[in-house]
Amino acid sequence: MSGNAIEVKNLTKKFGKFVSVDSINFSVKQGEIFGFLGANGAGKSTTIRMLCGILEPTSGDAFVAGYSVKTEPDSIKRNIGYMSQRFSLYDDLSIEENIEFFGGVYGLEGKKLIERKDWVLESAQLTGKETTLTGLLPGGIKQRLALGVAVIHQPPIVFLDEPTSGVDPISRRSFWELIHILSGEGCTVVVTTHYLEEAEYCGNIILMDAGKIVAEGTSSALKAQYIQHPVFEIETDSPVELMEKIEKAPFTVEISLFGNKMHLAAQDTFSTVSEIGSALEKFGAKNILRIDRIVPTLEDVFIALVDKKGK
Amino acid sequence: MNLRRLKALSKKEFKHILRDIRMLSILLIFPVFLLIVFGYAVRFDVENINLAVKDNDKSQLSSDFIKSFIHSKYFSFTKLIEKDADVKIVLDEKQAQCVLIIPAGFARDFYSNKNVNVQFLLDGVDGNTATVIYGYAQTATASFNNALTEKNLLRAGIKQLKPLDVRPTLWFNPDLKTTRFLIPGLIGMILIISGVVSVSLSLVREKEKGTIEQINVSPISSLELLVGKSLPYFLLALFDAALILVAGYYIFDVAVKGSMILLIFSTVIFIACAIALGIFISVLSNSQQVAFTVATFTSLLPSVILSGFIFPIESMPLPIQIISNITPVKFYIVTLRAIMLRGAGLSAFWQQWVYMLLFTSTLLTLAAIRFTKQMKNN
Ligand SMILES: Nc1ncnc2c1ncn2[C@@H]1O[C@H](COP(=O)(O)OP(=O)(O)OP(=O)(O)O)[C@@H](O)[C@H]1O
Ligand SMILES: [Mg+2]
Repeated sequence: MSGNAIEVKNLTKKFGKFVSVDSINFSVKQGEIFGFLGANGAGKSTTIRMLCGILEPTSGDAFVAGYSVKTEPDSIKRNIGYMSQRFSLYDDLSIEENIEFFGGVYGLEGKKLIERKDWVLESAQLTGKETTLTGLLPGGIKQRLALGVAVIHQPPIVFLDEPTSGVDPISRRSFWELIHILSGEGCTVVVTTHYLEEAEYCGNIILMDAGKIVAEGTSSALKAQYIQHPVFEIETDSPVELMEKIEKAPFTVEISLFGNKMHLAAQDTFSTVSEIGSALEKFGAKNILRIDRIVPTLEDVFIALVDKKGK
Repeated sequence: MNLRRLKALSKKEFKHILRDIRMLSILLIFPVFLLIVFGYAVRFDVENINLAVKDNDKSQLSSDFIKSFIHSKYFSFTKLIEKDADVKIVLDEKQAQCVLIIPAGFARDFYSNKNVNVQFLLDGVDGNTATVIYGYAQTATASFNNALTEKNLLRAGIKQLKPLDVRPTLWFNPDLKTTRFLIPGLIGMILIISGVVSVSLSLVREKEKGTIEQINVSPISSLELLVGKSLPYFLLALFDAALILVAGYYIFDVAVKGSMILLIFSTVIFIACAIALGIFISVLSNSQQVAFTVATFTSLLPSVILSGFIFPIESMPLPIQIISNITPVKFYIVTLRAIMLRGAGLSAFWQQWVYMLLFTSTLLTLAAIRFTKQMKNN
């Protein structure tokens, strides 16, 4: 084995004529936190499910912990943990019963089961609440419990499919801390998200769009590689109107909306706020409340990439 | 099959059942309800039939004959009719359900070996009851006849020779007790409905909630999943069966004549049929609603209409007789009636076992294949 926890080779999944995952290639190093980013419907879940051995690829193959998803899905299942996008625990069972069930499924019993149960409870901060019904827990805590249960058998690789979606920002933070603890213990973590800012918590990431990988690398490398122009954040009362107005302006390279804010990647000659401010004024842009030069985010990268492909 | 995984699955499923009122009522309350409704309300038993008598002979023999009726536990004597005209009134006013009319010269004709006709008038409004009463009257007459003929022949010096011994004995169900006849069908019907409906909901619920995904990604195999999840339902169904039998014994006086071991084995095999059908429906459906509807339809209707539970299969038109083979209840009822009413051994019903085992294994195999495929492509 090459030291890679996962090797993906031309992996493809079609549902009828629709290509959900389109011949993708990537690899995940042992012990890293690997981010899987993309908008809704990009094909993240489909890819993860193929890697877990529960969805047969249409063509191509992938090796997880050295086993082929095509020919040895059962061996893969013994070496991975998985947290599905939908809530994966039983609402009508107590916290303890959920833990014991999944422990039993992975063959834990006796002292080992008690030891792991205590670990899960502790990491989800639920010690002392063993008999509470799982359905009564708030979203963030539930997700921590689900993560603990997904790794109850201490698998070398764990797949987390949008574990933080619909969770408040503070819980998301503490969830990521838990992921880092796991990673520190040597577990390879593959995590999907559509919160692009969460990529900052990952080592390597891939960006997926419409079944294809559009970019890969570390978050900072991606930013350096794709955004070479100065980026300004413009706050305005009427963002859509402004966007239509300056879309075709000579100083505009790339433009994208974030609520009532707008990110403008400008030609290199406009490097300060006052330079771009006067250019906008000359072009007749109105109602501008504020302009700042910003460090581009991964969001800018992503929008730039997806836009480029569309053109 | 890994026992530890099976145990974990069964334990979990058992807890789901305990916390689910709907499931609990399908498994425990519903059977009791059906038992009571069918056991009491649909009782065809006829006892204490009101009998009036018009004796035109007034001989020792005629009074013996009347006594033989009255002393049987089925008839209770209400009235001795004097005038011919009163016969009609007694029946019309429902003072009696039937009237026995003994002709003048009854004893004389009998001893001179002539044919004797006794008239027996019946209120035929309720055809079912009338048939039953008619059966009792025939039985009573025949046994009286036999006793007398024997005595007659003896008197004539012909000893112990019985040229003709007509004894219309009602086999297997000597009292024409319909409860006795119904109980096997009732057990079959209750077991299949509660088994099929509950099992079909259990798997589809995991599909609906998405928890099935977490199971699929674990080392649990399809077969382990299906078996592990069904085990608690299996045990509860056995408990139901025992409950009905005990109730049948204490409330309706239906005892098991044959081997208890054979009865248990037959029931185990039959519950396996019900569970296989439940699993099959569960695999094919994608929502609990669909599963519930299909399960109720496929278990309730055939088990009432086609199984021979109430309507005898022999009197159905041939095409329907053939269709009746789709329900395992039919085969279970044959088995149960053989064991409970006749005390018959395995040789009387082994074919039914074979059929039920075939039914189970076919459905389970189809379900497992379909399920494995489904999980790989969705
Ligand atoms: N079983 C299926 N049958 C048909 N199409 C499917 C199936 N599963 C997924 N798809 C389609 O494949 C595409 C990718 O879906 P996928 O769930 O992998 O996206 P995703 O990146 O996980 O999105 P999300 O952020 O919404 O979870 C979608 O357009 C989806 O409709
Ligand atoms: Mg998804």
